[in-house]
Amino acid sequence: MDGIHDLGGKQGFGKVRHTPDATAFHARWEVRVNSLYGHAVRLGLFNMDEYRHAIERMDPGHYLTASYYERSLTGLATLLVEKGVVTREELEQRARGVFPLAAPSAPGRSNAAPRARFRPGDRVRVTLDSVPGHMRLPGYIRGKTGVVVGESPAYPFPDAHAHGVASEDEPTFDVRFRSEDLWPGSAEPALVHVGVFQSYLAPAG
Amino acid sequence: MPDTDRVIQRTSSVEERVDAVQSALDERGLGASEAVDELGHLAQERWIPDNGARVVARAWVDPAFRRRLLANGRDAVTELGLAMPKHHRHLVVLENTAKVQNVICCTLCSCTAFTVIGLPPDWYKDLQYRSRVVRESRTVLREMGLDLPAEVEIRVWDTTADTRYMVLPERPPGTDGWPEDKLAALVTRDAMIGVARLAAP
Repeated sequence: MDGIHDLGGKQGFGKVRHTPDATAFHARWEVRVNSLYGHAVRLGLFNMDEYRHAIERMDPGHYLTASYYERSLTGLATLLVEKGVVTREELEQRARGVFPLAAPSAPGRSNAAPRARFRPGDRVRVTLDSVPGHMRLPGYIRGKTGVVVGESPAYPFPDAHAHGVASEDEPTFDVRFRSEDLWPGSAEPALVHVGVFQSYLAPAG
Repeated sequence: MPDTDRVIQRTSSVEERVDAVQSALDERGLGASEAVDELGHLAQERWIPDNGARVVARAWVDPAFRRRLLANGRDAVTELGLAMPKHHRHLVVLENTAKVQNVICCTLCSCTAFTVIGLPPDWYKDLQYRSRVVRESRTVLREMGLDLPAEVEIRVWDTTADTRYMVLPERPPGTDGWPEDKLAALVTRDAMIGVARLAAP
């Protein structure tokens, strides 16, 4: 989905609030959320693609104003409700107030067919596909051309795995793009590398 | 008669929401509170940058290990007793040189090789870093205190799948003959993300 989570290259954001001693956690509840979602994955209540997609389905206003761990909590609670582990009513009763959850999911899809094989040095073009469900394709590379520099082991295909759709595992290819090709006329020169699923790629001339 | 179901309620606090989830799971016998203790300990005491620092220091002193690390990061870190989650099936180690600065990010969420380089710092997860580092990397690095000479090529790596990346920083000058543990103490999380270079001691 073309969701608010797809932030790469979006303009208007200010300076990074960087400090060398920045910590991962700022409050005990953040540690608890991180543990609870990890535990739920370990229990097999949901998988990582379902988890990421649940966060992506948050209301955009909520997504942008929530902290990282509040987004994590919202994804976790949404999936616990959707999987039938707990009802929203029970969560709200226990929380003594409204418990904001993410919007419902749309259908997923299986791998592309056929899928091409690539080797380092191959030029590839990224699909123009846009789907209502989960996808691990940052919008800034859609339709763009780059060069393969690496290949991963096979992973579950996110577009399917986030939706309980059957699919084959497939590799991702590390693809190198020139920032000037991604944002012509308005990017600083750099090489941007993205791990792109095989189903999202086609040979480029 | 008022429709009491439709009364506008306040939104619960995040702490109340975490309590709600944890207690609901506990009541179903799903062991949430035990998991909070166990995984909370791992997150705060074990998944820390010291792990990656040991990997970097070993790569600096042991050329054969360095080759194995660059060829297959996941297998190589296992030699040092480090584990990665099952879904992290691949660790790509990116070697910085005088002419190349690798930088990692995750524009879609905030993925990292957290068991090796530590859980990501707050700024890595912020909207500012996620949106800007792919498009204006040199400016972002300069704002973060790393002012790179123009001839240094910047290579940004966006963690969009379950392959994980870590940066192998350059060994600082003036550290010849140093033991591994002293070298490891020089290595920072920021250097393994690629937003800092290591200064000479």
